[in-house]
Amino acid sequence: MASLKDMRVRIASTKATQKITKAMQMVAASKLRRAQMAAEAARPYAEKMEAVISNIAGAAAGSPGAPVLLAGNGKDQVHLLLVCTGERGLSGAFNSSIVRLARERALELMSQGKTVKFFCVGRKGYEQLRRNFEKQIIDNVELRSVRQIGFVNAEEIAKKVIARFNAGEFDVCTLFYSRFKSVISQIPTAQRLIPLEVTAPAAGAVATSYEYEPEEDEILSGLLPRNLAVQIFRALLENNASFYGAQMSAMDNATRNAGEMIRKQTLVYNRTRQAMITKELIEIISGAEAI
Amino acid sequence: MRRDMSTFHFDLVSPEKIAFSGEVDQVDIPGAEGDFGVLAGHAPVVAVIRPGILTVTAGANTQKIVVLGGIAEVSDKGLTVLADVATAAPDVDLEEFAATIQTMEQQLPSKVGDELDSAIERLDHFKSIQHELNTTAMH
Repeated sequence: MASLKDMRVRIASTKATQKITKAMQMVAASKLRRAQMAAEAARPYAEKMEAVISNIAGAAAGSPGAPVLLAGNGKDQVHLLLVCTGERGLSGAFNSSIVRLARERALELMSQGKTVKFFCVGRKGYEQLRRNFEKQIIDNVELRSVRQIGFVNAEEIAKKVIARFNAGEFDVCTLFYSRFKSVISQIPTAQRLIPLEVTAPAAGAVATSYEYEPEEDEILSGLLPRNLAVQIFRALLENNASFYGAQMSAMDNATRNAGEMIRKQTLVYNRTRQAMITKELIEIISGAEAI
Repeated sequence: MRRDMSTFHFDLVSPEKIAFSGEVDQVDIPGAEGDFGVLAGHAPVVAVIRPGILTVTAGANTQKIVVLGGIAEVSDKGLTVLADVATAAPDVDLEEFAATIQTMEQQLPSKVGDELDSAIERLDHFKSIQHELNTTAMH
């Protein structure tokens, strides 16, 4: 049985751990607030962009001259999975749930005889995917040194994706990230980027007939790459908020578990201490009686 | 809410924030194919905008906002401008802006063909913004 001193040391170390998890929880909570605000501020732009594109694209998608970024290149053989994860761990199932979704999709596509390539954004996803798909990872972007995710970061990623698409390296691109619903709920999401998923205008809504300046296809060719960057930017911001949400609840759990452990350890410690005192008393009394 | 006949709703959004949202009388937009003004009841239009200065008039107030490209949409719901970057003119850091222009000039020699053309065009737009910011003494 452990000595009293060993027990004291163990309780002290559990308390130290609890202090760390408590601090991490509070840091995550304050960062979450900022990340959530950033994610919410980006929503109107992304939504308006989607509305404008689906307005123009509705007419263009059917025509044979539609831009490839919108309609795809007609093939469905090589799939690129753009997997966005966090840079750090200690956030519960945040990273692994995104990776799991991507991995399941990859295995499903591969069983259909398709070729799958990965583009990783974030270190954690890269590390997890490397175990199974090392040779299929064609690019990896780390945002570790970036303190505040800006639109330029998303633009860089979008440029790389478009360059690879134009070089014919893949036919279909799907984006994986975690949508922030609430602190306790983040939903791993897959979103197809190329060809673009255009939401049909609501039935009954009167389509406005716009004048275009310059021509539709010219606007569209400028707008589509930009939309890709916007969607990636939104994914990064949602991911960021989800990460802190997940970390906050994971650290909250850890703090509570540590508290429970301290309670149990202290109970055992006190029992042992009392048992020893009783034992010593018995020894003294029986010694005195023997005289 | 009943809207006054002579005003309309105007939203200016950039990827990072909503730069302006409210009822206005008139907005002058630097279109890629020429400047145009938008008043209430304007015909629906989608237009690409160039880097330039956007002027918002609401009542007696006039506000100038620097936008670095984007797209404008007029519908019966009002005007929406999706700007790549939107900064109120008084908030523009002139030194930083000059530095941006300098970097663009330095990058010119490395470009060719269409890319060079569009880079030169963009540089010209930036220079005219700088000129206007300096001369109108909005600081």
